[in-house]
Parts: sequence; structure tokens; C-alpha cells
Amino acid sequence: MADIAVTSLATPPSRFLAGLGRGGARLWVGAALVAILMLVALFAPVLAPHDPLEQDLLSVQLPPMWMQGGDPVYMLGTDSLGRCVLSRLIYSARTAVVVALIAATLAALIGVALGLFAGSFGGWIDQLISRLIDIWMAFPPVLLSIVLAAVIGAGLTSVIVAIVVVDWTRFARVVRAETMVQLTRDYAAAARAIGLTRAKVLRLEVLPNLVPLLVTLLAVEMGIAILVEVILSFVGISVAGDTATWGSMIAEGRQIVYQAPWIMALPIVCIIISVIGLNLLGDGLRLAVDPVQRS
Amino acid sequence: MTATLTFDSLRISIGDANVLRGVSLEVQPGEVRGLVGESGAGKSMLGRAVLGLLPAKAAITSGRIAFEGRDLLKMQADERRGLLGRRIALIPQDPMTSLNPVKRVGVQIGNLLRHHLGLSKRAALLRAAELLIEVAIREPERVLSLYPHEMSGGMRQRVLIGMAFACDPALIIADEPTTALDVTVQRQVLQLVERLRRRHGSAVLFITHNLGVVAKICGSMTVLHAGRVLEEGQTADVLVRPRHAYTRALLAATPRADRPAETLRPVPPSLIEQLWSEAHRLDSMNAARPV
Repeated sequence: MADIAVTSLATPPSRFLAGLGRGGARLWVGAALVAILMLVALFAPVLAPHDPLEQDLLSVQLPPMWMQGGDPVYMLGTDSLGRCVLSRLIYSARTAVVVALIAATLAALIGVALGLFAGSFGGWIDQLISRLIDIWMAFPPVLLSIVLAAVIGAGLTSVIVAIVVVDWTRFARVVRAETMVQLTRDYAAAARAIGLTRAKVLRLEVLPNLVPLLVTLLAVEMGIAILVEVILSFVGISVAGDTATWGSMIAEGRQIVYQAPWIMALPIVCIIISVIGLNLLGDGLRLAVDPVQRS
Repeated sequence: MTATLTFDSLRISIGDANVLRGVSLEVQPGEVRGLVGESGAGKSMLGRAVLGLLPAKAAITSGRIAFEGRDLLKMQADERRGLLGRRIALIPQDPMTSLNPVKRVGVQIGNLLRHHLGLSKRAALLRAAELLIEVAIREPERVLSLYPHEMSGGMRQRVLIGMAFACDPALIIADEPTTALDVTVQRQVLQLVERLRRRHGSAVLFITHNLGVVAKICGSMTVLHAGRVLEEGQTADVLVRPRHAYTRALLAATPRADRPAETLRPVPPSLIEQLWSEAHRLDSMNAARPV
């Protein structure tokens, strides 16, 4: 028994990488789109050709460079104040990414914790949390953040708080139901039969089974967070007025949509690509991290 | 000598239904006791009660379960948990669903060893590999990195048996461990349980409805019917000279190659009391008879 190959025990062959291959085109396209979004947000100052706030009143509403009257200095044209549309799109990605990451992560943490709690304890604890979910789900996040903006002031914080306060329910509901299912499975009973505590059964047996689900939910939630932020900045209660966001660009572009349709169209394209990228990534990752689907 | 496991007039009910109606039963150290009976007789419930795995709606209304003389029902929760998996282990019924599908086998065995024996991650993996060798799995280091769905049912049951014996338990609850396996694998698994039991000196409560299995590995047996003990004794005695009509019917219903099996007719509830009093009459007759 002593001659067991210790090295191979210490490092089991990684089939996670093999699994990544099986995520298929969805995974790769999604990952590429999301990576681009993240990189653009991270390196905005390097990538943007102009200051997003710099006005050039001599070249207002220039079309993109490939259209008639375009100027190669402003590749995607300028808005009604002569600001570089490309630079504003790039800087807007920062707001979108910050909201997506923070809001979705916080919503997931709260939702998973309460979902596990409700699903494993049952009884009045479950009743309490479930009713809480019902109530919060009835609140539209946009309305809630308007209220929050009135109370704690407009800004990214109230946008994030509004999303978290409403959207933890998405995670909690799914996690609660799935925890209940998992706990009825034979391996959960077997885990209790070897003397694991409730907390350990949840951590070691239930949670690993939820990972594929959570990955998908998290990615979808990031997409939703981006959309909510867009809506809020469209109505002007997100970040301060001078910061570029896709939502505010749409709002500005809407007023001159007949003269300069690209000003409104371009941020919409950015939003659609980001959300599609996140959804594809979530879907692909689910396939890649689920060992049963992997084979 | 203290019995390894004692049930003392145990009663369990689920809602209005009395699942166990006063079961008394002892398993001596090193003994393999078969627990037979038709579906619904309460045999699995008995095993689950020991492990604390009763369904949420089930309640132990009276009686006592003692492990090595200590009352399991009066014990602190964490003291009881400390016994589970270490001194009392389960070989589950369905190997296909009793391992966590998203975790490698090595991690699952390792968790058990680390939990009870306090081994390091690395030591646990080494010990896990030894366990796999003990249950006659070749290439243990490869198998440790497999997911359950990449293994056959027989192999998974071997892993589960290895896990059950991992901490030298005094008592194994085997809940129909061969039912989900096909016949050729059944024999190997039984031999494995028998061999490990001898090596570790564990007592086994072997829950099954297969009398052939009982004849093969159980020294003594108990027939359970409708939540009560109908008959018990040395396996050879009970199988050759069943005292009770129900046991005879159970034997006659066992499929055999040399004759068509008789159907075991479920006993209607109205007759259960009658059966039960008949059993008592037999008992008192036996008691009266000089041995």
C-alpha cells in the first residue's frame, strides 16, 4: 500500500479545463464579450481618444467617421455638445461594470444565505423568509430606487442598494427550493448518517450542487443590474449628471434622434452586447462547471 | 456482555399511523442479524431511528434505543453525531444516489476521514486510497479522482462500504445494500461485507427482504411484520423450522428455480391482531415446552 503514487493523489487531473471545452461556443463567445466589457471599463482612460466631458462646440453632432461628413478624429461622431461619443461609451462601461459586479454579488450573497437558511430549517423560519421574498418581489426596483434617491440622494449607492434590496429574492427563491430538494437526496441523508452537522451538510453537500445554478443566476443578474442602471440613468436618478452613462446618453440622444440617430443607437448596441455576453457566459459556465453534464 | 444495539419496546408513529408498535431487539457484538419483512413492515424505519434519519413527521412515542448501553435518544445532539459514521455506520440502499454527484469520490471519502479522524487533506487521501484497496478496487488513485457517475453501481457500493468501515465501527446498519444491484454483483458485495465485518469485528443489522441473503450471511434473524417482531432466532432454525404461519408464507414466497413461487398475500389490517395473538400463543407454548 505504500507504493501508491502520491504525486497523482496530490494533483488529480484537471477536468475543469476539459469541461471548459464542452461549454461550447456559448461559453467562448460569452467570455469574450464579457472580457471586452471588463477590459474597456478597466482601461477606459487609455482607450478613450478624448476626455468624455470635453466639449468641442465647433463640431457638434458629427456622424461616425464612415458616414458622409464624418471626422476621423471623432470615430463614432459627437453629441449635441460636441463630446466624443466613443469616449463617452467607453467611460460609461465603468458605471455599468461597477453596478453589475457589486449589486449582483451582494444580491447573491444575501439571497444564498437566506435561501439556505429557509430551505434547511423549514417551519416558521421558512415561512418568514418566504413571505419576505413575496413582499420584496412585488417592489419594482426602479420605483424603489426613486424612493431611495429621495431618501439617501441620487447616485450609484442608491442604485446598487435598490437592485440588491429587490433582487436578492431571485437567488433566495431558487436556493431555498433547491436546498429542500438536495436535502431529500440520499447523499444528504448519508452525510447526516456520518455525523455531519447541519451547517457542514449545507456547506459540503448542498452548496457544491448549487454552483452551476448560481453561476447562471449571477451572470443573468449582472445583465439585469446593467439594465436597471440604464433605466435609472435614463430618467436621471443614477450617477451625477456629468458622468457618462449609457442610459443618460440614450436620454440625450432621444431628443435629437431624427438628426443624429447614432447617438442613441450606439449605447443601445453596447447594452445589448453586454447583456447577451453575460447571459451566454452564464449558460456556458453552467455546462462547464457541472460535472454530470460535463461528461 | 452489553449488547451493541438494543431496541426496547420502541414505538414510532407517523401522524395516526403506528409504524413500529413496540419492537424489542438486540444485536450482540460481532453478530450479524438479519431483519426481514415485507415492504412497510417497519424494518427501514428501525434502521433510520438509530441513525437519526427519521422523516420529519415521524415521532418516537415511547421506548429506548441504546448503543453499547447508552441511550441514543437521551444523548446530546453532538455526542450522538460523534458516534455516527465513527462507531455506527450506514451502508445505504441505493449506491447510485448515495454519493454526491458533483464531488470527486476522493474528496467525499476524505471529508469523512477528516471529520472523524482529524486527518490532514493529504493523509486523508492516502488513507482513502488504502480503503479502496481494502474493498478490492484496483487503481485506487485513479478512482479517487472520479466522479460518482463515472463509476458502476457495484463500484459505488464498494466505495460506500469502504466508507462505512473506515473508522472501525462497532455497528453497521446495512439498509438493503444489495437490492439496487444486479445479481452477479450482489454476491461480490455480500462477500465483501462479510470479509470486512470479520476483519473489523463489527456487528451488523442487515435489513433486507431477501431471505436468500439472510441465509448466506446472517447468524440470527428477526421477522418483522406490521411494526412488530413476529419471530426471531438463529437463522438456520427460523428458516428450517419457521414457527409462525407468516414466516412460512414469507419463505414460500421466495422465488426458487425448482418450483413456482407462491404469492405472498399482504395481510389485511383486520387480521393483524389475530396474527399477533397467534404469535403470542406460539411463544407461550415454546416457553412452556422444556428445552
